[in-house]
Amino acid sequence: MSLAAALPAIEHRPRHTGARLFAHAMLARMYVRIVGSLREPTWMIADAIFPNLGMCAFVLLYRALGAPRSYEALALIGGVLTTYWINVLWGMGAQLYFEKMQGQLALYFAAPCSRLAILSGMALGGLVATLLRSLVGVAIGLWVFHVQVAPFSPWVLAGVFVLTMVALYALGMTLSSLFLLYGREAWHTANALQEPVYFLSGLYFPVRTLGALGATAAGVLPLTLGTDALRQVLLGPAAQGLLPLGQECLALAGFGVLFLFLAGRAMAYLEALAKREGRLTQRWQ
Amino acid sequence: MGHSPAAVPAVETRDLKRVFKGSRGSPEVVALAGVDLRIERGEVFGLLGPNGAGKTTAIKILNTLLYPTSGEARVAGHDVVREAAEVRRRIALVSGGESSGYGILNVRECLWMFSQFYGVPRAEADARVDRLIETLGLKDLAKTRINRLSTGQRQRMNFARGFVSDPEILFLDEPTLGMDVNAARELREFVLTWVRESPGRTVLLTTHYMAEADMMCDRIAIIDRGRTLACDAPSALRRAVEGGQHVELEVLGVPEGLADVDGIAVTWGAPHPERGTHTMKLRLADGGQLPLVLRALDARGVSVRGVSTRETSLEDAFIAIVGRGLDDSEAPR
Repeated sequence: MSLAAALPAIEHRPRHTGARLFAHAMLARMYVRIVGSLREPTWMIADAIFPNLGMCAFVLLYRALGAPRSYEALALIGGVLTTYWINVLWGMGAQLYFEKMQGQLALYFAAPCSRLAILSGMALGGLVATLLRSLVGVAIGLWVFHVQVAPFSPWVLAGVFVLTMVALYALGMTLSSLFLLYGREAWHTANALQEPVYFLSGLYFPVRTLGALGATAAGVLPLTLGTDALRQVLLGPAAQGLLPLGQECLALAGFGVLFLFLAGRAMAYLEALAKREGRLTQRWQ
Repeated sequence: MGHSPAAVPAVETRDLKRVFKGSRGSPEVVALAGVDLRIERGEVFGLLGPNGAGKTTAIKILNTLLYPTSGEARVAGHDVVREAAEVRRRIALVSGGESSGYGILNVRECLWMFSQFYGVPRAEADARVDRLIETLGLKDLAKTRINRLSTGQRQRMNFARGFVSDPEILFLDEPTLGMDVNAARELREFVLTWVRESPGRTVLLTTHYMAEADMMCDRIAIIDRGRTLACDAPSALRRAVEGGQHVELEVLGVPEGLADVDGIAVTWGAPHPERGTHTMKLRLADGGQLPLVLRALDARGVSVRGVSTRETSLEDAFIAIVGRGLDDSEAPR
């Protein structure tokens, strides 16, 4: 081993702090997600193809029933958003629990970067990786099933999409700390949330069909509002929107701010708990 | 306050206590019962103690992973509770058998990722990662995914991770656990070279290997049941128990709970199940006591199958101070 050529020859520069440290840590954690989505072909198939099968089933069902063509587009948009919800639940919500089981959580807690930087990196990486997968759903819908959408403004679409993603992934950042508190129950919690949210969000049908009370209750979920807002942008009146688009955008922005705030508080609480009780950084507890 | 970094001790604890609440009706556990330590800059400092002595608890507190119940701990002059962010910028932790990183990443990517969590600027991070990979014999594995590494290779990578941020104070918690002899020796040499190269660097090491502590550490603190029992250079610890003769007897048919032979304290080494024997360790005042001990054992029906004597080792000092060895049981059953 060439110890003579060890480390001191490297120029030692001041370490990044503050916002630059946050950005570097976030990008590093984001990199893991993106590499993870591209490097394992079998994951690509599981993540990009399988979640879209439900959407295909609904498109075929609506077609067989002779439903209006707009219903096929409703299912397509819902199917695309399903991939994000799965990522938020399993890739964000349950992730800190998995990190703990790996013994990695202690290394995060001992690092000088913000824990929110790690969570933000997970969120951004998950978003980018899922974007690639969701495009597969869009491609299937448009080119295989020839699903039709109304003329739309790409800028409005991008804006609503960004608002939806911020609200969804901020919710995921909050859930990641809360799931960790449940310990071994994280799997069950994620499972328990998956199907009811699919239903309440009206991913494959207009949420109005839940009735006034059901639609109002479902409206507290950012996934519901995001799905509905995107449908309104892409389908116009045929979307049978729950609330006016502007109100839904405002609510999504509010959800984003609220969940980012809660994510910070939940993580601070979690870290204090870990230090006080000394068990959250242990793998087996 | 005008102190140069060199004047501030690397680690200082005062009356450090940590009590864990018992769960489901079990009694509370006192992990640290008032530990006082002062580790100077540039030292390789060892923390030795049997299982449950409080070593890992102390390391966790110093790494800002655990609050002390009371007392004070400062790292590089910063309080671990009130100035945790300042502490974290100056430290790194490597634990034996840890599984850091993500299996989908390769070795180089994993080390780079951790360098970014510590704010190492890109150019420096790239150079440092490359140099560590080369120096620690990971060059051929640089592009190998972590989930394809052997345990020993992964441990090398974990070890490299501790150096990517070039910390002021490096905490090594059983760093050579599970490594083969040659790899462990190379890593020990690497740590010593790293510390000596720059005056500000400090290492706090916990280990189960006495020889490792003896070879690496400038000073060693021996702790047991949450208390510091001794703290000195290995040679000074050995000198404190020098004199007399260290004898190990391989014995068969030991009465349960045997703790002394004619007033001479006995400690027990690991049993030899294949032969049904135990190793009995004694420190005799002089060689003349040995026949008396053998006769006393014979009178108790204990059969002695082997006798060996040796020089005073760090383990002898440890046993004399703690009352048992690192891996020893209290008494054979």
